[in-house]
Amino acid sequence: MPFLELKNVSKSFGGNPVLKDISLNIEKGEFVAIVGFSGTGKTTLISLIAGLLKPSHGSLMLNDLEITGPGPDRGIVFQNYSLLPWLTVFENILLAVEAVNPNWTPDKRKEHVEKYIAMVNLTPARNKLPSELSGGMRQRVSVARALAMDPQILLLDEPLSALDALTRATLQDEISRIWSQDRKTVVMITNDPDEGILLADRIIPLTAGPGATLGPEITIDLPRPRDRKEINHSARFKEIRRELITFMLNSKSERHTSITKKLILPDIEPEDLDRPPRFFTGRARPKRASEIKEETVEA
Amino acid sequence: MKENVFKKIDWLVLPLIGVAAVLILWQISCATWAKDLPTPHKTWETSKPYIVEPFAKRGEMDQGILRFTWYSLILVAKGYALALIIGTPVGFFLGLSKTFTKIFDPLIQVLRPVSPLAWLPLGLVLFMGAGKNASELGALFTIAVCSMWPTVLNTAVGVRAIPQDYLNVAKVLKLSRTKTLFKVLIPASLPYMFTGFRLSLGIAWLVIVAAEMLTGRPGVGGFLWQEYNSLIYEHIILCIVTIGVVGFILDRLMSVVERRFKTI
Repeated sequence: MPFLELKNVSKSFGGNPVLKDISLNIEKGEFVAIVGFSGTGKTTLISLIAGLLKPSHGSLMLNDLEITGPGPDRGIVFQNYSLLPWLTVFENILLAVEAVNPNWTPDKRKEHVEKYIAMVNLTPARNKLPSELSGGMRQRVSVARALAMDPQILLLDEPLSALDALTRATLQDEISRIWSQDRKTVVMITNDPDEGILLADRIIPLTAGPGATLGPEITIDLPRPRDRKEINHSARFKEIRRELITFMLNSKSERHTSITKKLILPDIEPEDLDRPPRFFTGRARPKRASEIKEETVEA
Repeated sequence: MKENVFKKIDWLVLPLIGVAAVLILWQISCATWAKDLPTPHKTWETSKPYIVEPFAKRGEMDQGILRFTWYSLILVAKGYALALIIGTPVGFFLGLSKTFTKIFDPLIQVLRPVSPLAWLPLGLVLFMGAGKNASELGALFTIAVCSMWPTVLNTAVGVRAIPQDYLNVAKVLKLSRTKTLFKVLIPASLPYMFTGFRLSLGIAWLVIVAAEMLTGRPGVGGFLWQEYNSLIYEHIILCIVTIGVVGFILDRLMSVVERRFKTI
């Protein structure tokens, strides 16, 4: 029995299909990456699993229970961090811990929060506000908040896409390290095939929208722990990468349909800068081509 | 070097030039077309006892200017507090519920532009049974009703402007209603609320003068009206300046508080 099961899930907004016929089974303890172009409904997919959106058709089951709404059993790391700006790092995580474990003693909660702040190496910044942190640090707080809820499944929605390449690499290693500690089930959405291959057990491409659906999955049988420098030379890595990118590019080019549009040219005449500006009113405003009713031609 | 010194004191010098220009214009007006207008010098001479002894009490309507100001401020504080206590929750409901907005928004838009001069008689009628306190209660009612709207509308805008991300966090954590209110909704809309509070205070101070004039209560406005009736026009100018300065100080104070609460 799969841990998370999506059965023929479709989602459309106002008649426009975004996701179509998505079926996906994820086992407990698996790390699955879903790769797709931007604007193909990746965030919609994760919002469906999180319960923030309801599917138009199909069903989503977590642990044999239908997903009907959001809940703390699914920890989510949002693309834009979504930290509350008036709370410090500590308070942001504490809010989550309090919500999930209402009957813990204050000391136990505090200890728990400290543990997760330490896990993402943010202890020196524990009393800072999100606005005082860099993008990478904010995202680490967001990861710590999701993990501190001790969710059954961790949903990562393009967690690193807003970061620069170097910070991104550091955080990828950190996510990999944290995951190897407790082997939680993870669904990660990303737009970077390399990131997916580096971190995941399975990688699934999302075809180009509208009406995106999942492509053939690829099992990443590279041994762990994976080293980002060595992996670049691995023949298997290159093969997976080529396969994935070829599929995605093909899916995009299949989408190339033609629409005939009316050609609209700019309706404005070049300004005559030689003419001296008039006193007070300045230069005359540029003329539109449609305004010119007559022309003088030397005969 | 010389230029630097000027740059350093121009915050003081330039406004003084403005004041001087107005004084000159005033003096010219006195000499030419407004013969009844007291000159700046005469105004100062006549107002002096009220300024050098700001807390003197010589009679019900003959008191130092700061004493009058103090009476007015107390009345404003009461009416303003009432406006915030009523206005903030109303604003929250407007921001949270579309139905509530549809029911009450037209009403608010119609009542909002009504002048304090129109509300005051209604206030007096409402509290006619209160006897001696009728004028105070009527004035409070007027201040509250007139100054409430900026708080109501800004709070509503603030609540509507809360980013979906913050609400998603509350949803994922399954926060209770009270917790969502105190941990997410209120902090997120606080900057807007304080802008409303500041505008409301400005209006409350504007209304007090009208309220005191009509009710004849001791205060800056009451004093102004009484001195007009006693033909002591110098004091009218004294009152105008006092009202302006106090209003300015209140606004500055509120904007300091407002900045303190900028959470985002």
